[in-house]
Amino acid sequence: MELFTNQILAGIATGAIYACMALAVVMIYQAIDHLNFAQGEMAMFATFISWQLMQWGVPYWGAFVITLVLSFLGGIAIERILFKPLAKAPILTNVAGFIALFAIINSCAGLIWDFTIKQYPTPFGSAPFLGSQLISTHQAGMIGVTLLLLIGLFFFFQYTRIGLAMRAAAALPESARLVGINTSWMIALGWGMASAIGAIAGMLIAPVVFLEPNMMGGVLIYGFAAAVLGGLTSPFGAVIGGFLMGIFENLAGTYIPGVGNELKLPIALALIISVLVVKPAGLFGRHIVKRV
Amino acid sequence: MSAAEEVVAEGHEAVEAVPKRAMTLGTGTSLVVVVLLLIVPLFTKNFIIFQMTMLLIYGLAVLALNILTGGSGQFSLGQSAFYAIGAYISAVLMEQFNVNYALTLPISGVLCFGVGFLFGKPALRLSGVYLALATFALATAMPQLLKLNFLEQWTGGVQGLVVTKPDAPFGLKMSQDMWLYYFTLAVTLAIYIFSVNLLRSRSGRAFMAIRDNEIAASAMGVDVALYKTLAFGISAGITGVAGGLGAIAVQFVAPDSYTITLAISLFLGMVVGGVGWLPGSFVGAAFIIFVPNIAESISKGLSGAVFGVLLFLVIFLVPHGARQIAIVGQQLIGKLRKT
Repeated sequence: MELFTNQILAGIATGAIYACMALAVVMIYQAIDHLNFAQGEMAMFATFISWQLMQWGVPYWGAFVITLVLSFLGGIAIERILFKPLAKAPILTNVAGFIALFAIINSCAGLIWDFTIKQYPTPFGSAPFLGSQLISTHQAGMIGVTLLLLIGLFFFFQYTRIGLAMRAAAALPESARLVGINTSWMIALGWGMASAIGAIAGMLIAPVVFLEPNMMGGVLIYGFAAAVLGGLTSPFGAVIGGFLMGIFENLAGTYIPGVGNELKLPIALALIISVLVVKPAGLFGRHIVKRV
Repeated sequence: MSAAEEVVAEGHEAVEAVPKRAMTLGTGTSLVVVVLLLIVPLFTKNFIIFQMTMLLIYGLAVLALNILTGGSGQFSLGQSAFYAIGAYISAVLMEQFNVNYALTLPISGVLCFGVGFLFGKPALRLSGVYLALATFALATAMPQLLKLNFLEQWTGGVQGLVVTKPDAPFGLKMSQDMWLYYFTLAVTLAIYIFSVNLLRSRSGRAFMAIRDNEIAASAMGVDVALYKTLAFGISAGITGVAGGLGAIAVQFVAPDSYTITLAISLFLGMVVGGVGWLPGSFVGAAFIIFVPNIAESISKGLSGAVFGVLLFLVIFLVPHGARQIAIVGQQLIGKLRKT
């Protein structure tokens, strides 16, 4: 039984990483209705920028804020320059665009900062949290930040005019335009916010997985899976999905014989698919009914 | 320009409707292409022949995805898994059971058809992003499954298997590469003709009806479940044959050759070639084989970035892929004929 609770605790700790990333994934999905495959790379690039700032002597929180602003602007710039012209192109062409963006960012980061693994500082320290060996203060901090972010987003979307406008633009673009919402800029804003949330995720994950250009590959896959599991329409679901993902993965690795590190991911994915077969919109997603 | 404008204007759907005739090339053009494919290898070096063989093989794999996505409107990131299964079946049959290489291909095809059909069954309930995730799971699991211990006596585990290259039969004086090229070309032509006819048949029309509007299709009496799984199975089967050919051409199979990267390349090939336009599959295959090399030669350190920029250029200039070029070209020729 102790092994079981320990594994669940450890699962929640890794789950916090996935939850963060899933939140960014859901953000962009709300704004543009696609999954952005380059999201992880954008987060990685932002993390590298903050690392570079710290190398130049900027203190942690200063670098944190500057990076957030830069990635917000960067996200908007990417949308305006690269994806606005593609808005009318078929969806699959857009997906190819995401893959191209992925390749460009990954390769540029590799050239600028090379592929060696770098240490990344944590603002929370890495001592055991409340005497538990399984969760460090950093991981506890990460869970805290994720939850704060979630609450912040909830209030933003539920109680501010601009949040409402963004939801309207995503749900019914034509009607939103008719009531005077600039839907095109709402999409850009969505990109900016997703990019900033991704940057937060990147900076929180980096102390755990270490900083290098390929650090987000695995995390992003789990983030996607978590978002899909929780329901792509629900930020709350995405966070829960992230934690569940971490727990699934740990339990599968512990209790199913013959599952090494490498089979964890396929098993977690298979489990998600079986959930989806029963609940096609995800655990907390709204089922979107199509009019014929 | 009206047809091209029409194509651009209706771009909101994931896969836009294509008139049936626009899915293939005209007879004259096809003949010219086939003659070129027959003649060119006689005058080139072995390495180029090998690359042309790979082009046909990847072209087949992209074609298979195109039937699934362009034909029936379903999306798959798991094609690398079927490619791997096909490759392994051919390799294992040839090396462990001494089956003739030409006989292994239909076996690969049929078995992959079965796997695809079975996988398509539960996947039926999923669509769009969810289907993409399910197929993606298959693709990530495949290399790990191939490494499993109890399969190792056949698959060779992590090390993989070496496959012997077949000699030209009937005492033909031909290098192995050239024979393999003509063999691949014959298989490719057969599958291409099969695919074109498939999309023109009753089943093909059912696929396209499902793609354009699933609810309307089922109201008209199309068995949506059957045809969706059928599309999955056929696509997997063709991919399996391509995988088998690939194993023979590369002379080597190993789990890590068939990762998700392969599935993504095949997807890019389909987009570049034009979704739903079968001849475009081979243009797309050329893109995914040659452009990474070109990118590498432009800049070693930034090859990924160069590849990304080239890909962006292509999708900015022709968001509908090679098909768009073909349509514009056709209209130009039409105009010239009139004047």
